[in-house]
Amino acid sequence: MASVGGSVDLEQVTKRYGAETVVAGVSLAIPEGQFFTLLGPSGSGKTTTLSMLAGFVVPDEGRVMLGGRDMTRVPPRGRGLGMVFQNYAIFPHLNVAENVAFPLTVKGAPKAGIAARVAEALEMVKLTGFGTRYARQLSGGQQQRVALARAIVGHPKVVLMDEPLGALDKNLRYHMQVEIKEIQQRLGMTVIYVTHDQEEALTMSDRIAIMNHGRIAQMGPPREVYENPDSSFVASFLGEANLLKVRRDGEAVRGPGGAPFVARGALTTPEGLVFVRPEKVNVAAGTAAVAPNHLPGQIQHASFLGNIVRYAVTAAEGARLLCDVANGAGTQIHRPGDAVTLSWRAEDSRLLAG
Amino acid sequence: MPLGRLAAWLMIAPALILLIGVFLLPIGWFLIGSLAELGTLTEIWEEAQDVLFSGTVARVLLNTNGIGAVVTLLVLVIGYPVSYALSRAKGFAFTAILLCIVLPYFTSTIVRTYAWMVLLGRTGLINQILLGLGLVDAPLELMYNRTGVIIGMTYVLLPYMVLTLYAAMKAVDPRLLQAAEGMGASPATVFLKVFMPLTLHGVIAGVLITFILAIGFFITPALMGGPGDMMIAMLIEREVELTQNWASAAMMTIVLLAVTLILYGVYSRFADKEAPR
Amino acid sequence: MMGPVLRATLLKALVVLLCFGLVAPIVIVAIASFSGDGYLKFPPETLSIRWYERFLGDYRWRSAIVNSLFIGVLTSVFSTVIGFLAAYALMRGQFRFKAVIASLLLMPVIVPHIITAVAVYFLSARMGLVGVRPWISVAHTVVALPVVLVILQSALRTVDPALERAAMVCGCTRFGVFRRVVLPLALPGMVSAALFSFLTSFDELVISLFLAGIRAETLPVRIWNSLLLEVEPTIAAVSTLLKAVTTAALAVDAVIRKLRGGPVAALR
Repeated sequence: MASVGGSVDLEQVTKRYGAETVVAGVSLAIPEGQFFTLLGPSGSGKTTTLSMLAGFVVPDEGRVMLGGRDMTRVPPRGRGLGMVFQNYAIFPHLNVAENVAFPLTVKGAPKAGIAARVAEALEMVKLTGFGTRYARQLSGGQQQRVALARAIVGHPKVVLMDEPLGALDKNLRYHMQVEIKEIQQRLGMTVIYVTHDQEEALTMSDRIAIMNHGRIAQMGPPREVYENPDSSFVASFLGEANLLKVRRDGEAVRGPGGAPFVARGALTTPEGLVFVRPEKVNVAAGTAAVAPNHLPGQIQHASFLGNIVRYAVTAAEGARLLCDVANGAGTQIHRPGDAVTLSWRAEDSRLLAG
Repeated sequence: MPLGRLAAWLMIAPALILLIGVFLLPIGWFLIGSLAELGTLTEIWEEAQDVLFSGTVARVLLNTNGIGAVVTLLVLVIGYPVSYALSRAKGFAFTAILLCIVLPYFTSTIVRTYAWMVLLGRTGLINQILLGLGLVDAPLELMYNRTGVIIGMTYVLLPYMVLTLYAAMKAVDPRLLQAAEGMGASPATVFLKVFMPLTLHGVIAGVLITFILAIGFFITPALMGGPGDMMIAMLIEREVELTQNWASAAMMTIVLLAVTLILYGVYSRFADKEAPR
Repeated sequence: MMGPVLRATLLKALVVLLCFGLVAPIVIVAIASFSGDGYLKFPPETLSIRWYERFLGDYRWRSAIVNSLFIGVLTSVFSTVIGFLAAYALMRGQFRFKAVIASLLLMPVIVPHIITAVAVYFLSARMGLVGVRPWISVAHTVVALPVVLVILQSALRTVDPALERAAMVCGCTRFGVFRRVVLPLALPGMVSAALFSFLTSFDELVISLFLAGIRAETLPVRIWNSLLLEVEPTIAAVSTLLKAVTTAALAVDAVIRKLRGGPVAALR
């Protein structure tokens, strides 16, 4: 029953509802044991993609491969997956032990074996002793653990998670992130994780696919997609981003006030954007000669956030930038109205199409 | 996970077959089959004019509407305060009032009718009391006439009105009433200008559903009415059981069915506003 | 103008009076049914169970009880099973004409029973089905189905579709999802539906009147036939029995709902 290996592949998968294309030609190749996150705003197609992996939705085009086998039209029960649902989907008429045992009971496993497996799974999620309780007697975090235990009790090679931490408060969320990651590594399972929380995606994933309008906008390890986005959508969806209007001037690229910029990538159109993260921008007092990636500006606003100071800076042509400066030893804090020069390294910025 | 199209059709099929085979088809067959025996369309039309505009049917239709209107009005007047009390009651009072409505509601119509026959008969409880108190010299004729029909039907139909009104009244946010009072409105003004308009759709729905049920009523008028209180449903029954005149039964059925469906169409518009069930 | 206290007291008094009026006729008949007098008198001068003895001693009344129970139970089974399938399909299915079908299925409570009765009689007379008890159940199922649908749809509304998906991922077939998840969760609703469809049939008169013939007289039909002759006291005993059955059914329903913590009774 269980899939042969833990690899997950989507080949040119498309799903339409009426005239609307919800998922448009998505291809993924996820090796066994990887923690893979589908990240995107609501309506980006991430949940439909997960539903096609689970077998709730059959794609109109393309193939779904699990462990190297074509599972496109196999119903959910034949896919040997574990799954954690958004609101946990714990059976209210069964107690915790019966819920966790459910995938084994359905398959008709011997009773003694089931008890041992359930005990093991409950121990793994730190719920030993909760077996006889019902979902309504548990806290949100405990329900989440039951759902997790039910998903892993059959030792599936692949586990799908649909916004599993969405209903928890911030503190609990962080704990669960760590625990899920630990369990994933201990069992060596492939996890396909759907979320709209970019911080969660960055912390947990080996690889992230950012989805938008039914397509994968960008895919790669967290650091790579964060620091080297290849579209303005990805740049601004993952954290804060400065996107400044630039235009081509012969061989050079010029930004606000004609400042020359040097960045990775190339501009194929007469106008475009230059991208730089706020924490990569250096803020210095006074005005400096115009050299590559130096931009004179004026502090508009300074927010003290504890470990960092965030400046809102206006430059020529009404351009606005955010700059995060670490509140290190002896850091001087600029005041609103101060004239400053912003600068950044060429390798920390990138030219993007407008 | 949505149900497959085939699976959904297979699951709804038994209900549909039942509805078509034992409801829609028989009604259609009865109406068309009985009328077709009369001959051509012109002949049917002539016969229909004879039947529907004859003195008997005209009088019965008049009875039906008259009794229906009086009963609906009585049910509204009695039901409104009860529903209001139910919508404001809590705890024991709520349960007690609800029981008083639900118990008769789920009791067989014929049992409820019988109860009033026991009370209203010549030697019934009410006449016993009236005679015993010396208020009347001879027993009052409370049954086998219009009075009996109206009392009986009002009793039987009351729960429908109360439950419909209750749904509308319960949906009124009490804070609205408090707000109106806070702005200096007198209780009478609050009731007339705020509560009444907010529950008006419930009143209309309740009136329509009561009237729909009243004009199709059979058991109570048949048992408690006199010869002059014949209603349309009773006439249909008589045409079928006594004179075996299927064609005229079919014509009257069409009239009753048409009125019912039109009123129900209006009712659905008002009932939509009710709290979701 | 009246004072608020006076007004509230008047409203209370009025409501108490009206509620009394609603219940009194039923209660009075129940008490009178234990009268030992020659005719129905209230309050009865002597108490006895003679009218119950006469009722239960009469072969025709006894067979009416059997007929009513048989038809009622069969109707309950038919309409609960058919209604459950239909309610589930209407809840989870996506197919054409769904809204039309949903409102058509509710029509039998709106169309006057006399019309349904005459039409089904028209059909039955030609097919020799008058007096056939299972056939009466089938006809009763038509009018019980809307009741069952309303109750079961509200019961199924509480079953989260994610639970069904979870069961599928756990290895359940469609049928397994039904057996292990949907049915257990919808069970209180199913019991209510079964009880109320039984009551609908047990209390139904107009359709039975046409379809019963002589062979399949139900209790309401038997009451009707004897009421046409005279208002005899035996019927007080029969009515009281019918009411006892209704009250018992309502009580069972209330207890089940309380135990399962389910939603408030979905009234028709």
